[in-house]
Amino acid sequence: MSEQSFLAGKHRHHGNIAERMVHGLQQVMEHALDAEAISATPGLLQQLDPRIKLLSLLAVLAATLLASQLTTLLLLFVLAVVLALASQISLSRLYRQAWLSVLLFSGMLALPAIFMVPGERLLTLPLLHWHITRQGLSSAAFLLGRAEVSASFALLLMLTTPWMHVLKAMRSLGVPVLLVALLGMTHRYVFVLLQTASQMFEARRSRLLAPPSGRMARQLVASTSGVLLGKALQLSNEVHMAMVSRGYRGEVYLLHNFHTRKRDWCALLLALALPLVIVWNHA
Amino acid sequence: MSTPVFALDGVSYHYQQHAALHAVSLEVAAGSRVALLGANGSGKSTLLRLLDGLYFATAGELRAFGEVLSEAALADETRHYAFRRRVGLVFQNPDVQLFNPTVFDELAFGPLQLGWPEAQIRSAIDASLQQFGISHLQQRAPHRLSGGERKRVALASVLIMQPEVLLLDEPTAALDPASQSEVIRFLQESQGQGRTIITATHDLDSVADIADHVIVLADGQVAAQGSPADILSDHALLARTHLLHAHPHRHADGQVHSHPHQHGHRHDHGTNAGRYRRFGMGRS
Repeated sequence: MSEQSFLAGKHRHHGNIAERMVHGLQQVMEHALDAEAISATPGLLQQLDPRIKLLSLLAVLAATLLASQLTTLLLLFVLAVVLALASQISLSRLYRQAWLSVLLFSGMLALPAIFMVPGERLLTLPLLHWHITRQGLSSAAFLLGRAEVSASFALLLMLTTPWMHVLKAMRSLGVPVLLVALLGMTHRYVFVLLQTASQMFEARRSRLLAPPSGRMARQLVASTSGVLLGKALQLSNEVHMAMVSRGYRGEVYLLHNFHTRKRDWCALLLALALPLVIVWNHA
Repeated sequence: MSTPVFALDGVSYHYQQHAALHAVSLEVAAGSRVALLGANGSGKSTLLRLLDGLYFATAGELRAFGEVLSEAALADETRHYAFRRRVGLVFQNPDVQLFNPTVFDELAFGPLQLGWPEAQIRSAIDASLQQFGISHLQQRAPHRLSGGERKRVALASVLIMQPEVLLLDEPTAALDPASQSEVIRFLQESQGQGRTIITATHDLDSVADIADHVIVLADGQVAAQGSPADILSDHALLARTHLLHAHPHRHADGQVHSHPHQHGHRHDHGTNAGRYRRFGMGRS
C-alpha cells in the first residue's frame, strides 16, 4: 500500500512538469483509495460507531484548545500515536499526511511569534539583531502543538471511517442537510478535478516533443488551470444530475446502520473526560 | 386511448443564448421503444434530460404521466420520489454516473434513495449482479473498470430501480463490438416487457433492433418521425440531418465506390462487405 503526501513522496519522481503533475495527481487519487482500504481493516478506531468518533473528535479538539501546558499537548499527541498504532495506521503515514504538512504550514505562521512576542530574551540572531524570547518560543510551540494534535486526530477519523459514514454521522448529529450535501459535493468535485487534471496533463504530455523550459512550463500550468476548473465544474454538475436522476435530494442513506455498543459509550466518556479534566486542573 | 408517458407541446430549451431545443412537440406512448436519431449537437441529450426532469423547459409544456413536469412539481418530496421511481436515465458518459467507492455501493445507491428495505435492496443487488454478469466486480472501484464493464454497471445501477421508463443516451457509444452487441441484445430482450425505452443514438445500424418508432432531431427540432423502415429508407432526410455521408471507399470486390453510407460495426461473415453500410444509389 503506497503512502503519499502533497509534500513528500516515498519515491521522488523525475521528469518534466507535465509528467510530474500526472504522477502527483495519480498519487493523490491512489491515496484516497488507500484511505478507504484502511477504514476497512479491523483496527480499534475502525470498530467504533462513526457518530461516537465524530463526537469524540470534537471533545479532543476542545481539550487541545483548552490545554494551557505543553505537557498536556504532548500527552494528547502520545494518545494520537497510540490510537494510530492500535488502528493499524503506520506512523510514517501520519508523518507524511499530517505532521510534515502541519509543521511546514503552521511553522510559517508560528515563526514570527518567536521574535515578535515580547518577553525574556533567550538569544539574539547575529546580523539581524532579532531577539528570541521565552514567551515567543512558548507561543509558537503552543500554536504548532495544537495544530499537530488536531490534525492527527482529524486524520485518524478520516482514515478509520469511510467518507459516506462521516457524512451520515453528521446528519445523525443534526448537521443541516444542506451543509452535508455541500461537503459531499465538495469531496466529489475534488476527485473530478483531480481526474480531469490528470487526463489533461496526460494529453498535453503526449503532444510535447521536448521537456518545456521553466517559463513555458509555468505558462502551461497557468493556461491549464482555468480550463481545468471550467471542465471540472461541468463534469461535477453532470455527476450531481446523475445522482438526482437516481433520487438523491441531499440526504445520506447507507445500507449499514450504526449501532452504539458498550465500548462506544466508554470511548465517548473517555473523550469527554479530557476537556473536563483540563478545565478542572485549570480551576 | 391511454395517457402518453410523455407529451411535449412546443417545448424549447436554451443554454444561455443558445437554443438547444426549439418548439418540440411529440408524444411517447406507454410501452413503446423510441429511437431519438440525430447528429451530434442535434439536441438528443438535452431532450433526454428534459424527459428525466433534470432540465426544465424554458418555453412550452412537458407532461409526464399526464402531469406537468416542472421544477416546482419535483420540489415536492412525494412527487420527486414518485417520478424518480418511474423514470431512469443512463448517461452517455458512465464516469459521471459512477461516483460510489465500489460497484456494490453503486447498485445500492438508487434503491437506498428510494427508501427500499435492506433485504429487498440486497436481493435486488444480487439479481442485478447476476443479470449483468458483474458479480466478480462488486467490490471493485468503478473507475478502475474497462469501458464495457463501466457501461454495464451504469446500466445495472439504473435498471435495479426497475423504472417504467428507461432513457438511454448513446448506449453503444465508445464500446467495443462485443459490448455493443450485449447492450443491443438487452434492448431487444426488453421488448414486450411493458417498459418504455427511449434511446438517443446516431447509430443507424442498431435502430431497427432497438426501436419501433423513430424521431429524427436536427438543430433542436423534430425533422421527421415514423417507423424505422420509413426513416431508414429516406436517404435524403438522413443525408440532410448529417446521419449519412459519402466519400470514396473500397468494397470487398476491390471496387472503389462513392455513395451515401454510414460506418457500421457489423461484418458479413468474415468479409468487409458490411463494413460500409450502403444507403441508396451508389456511384462508382
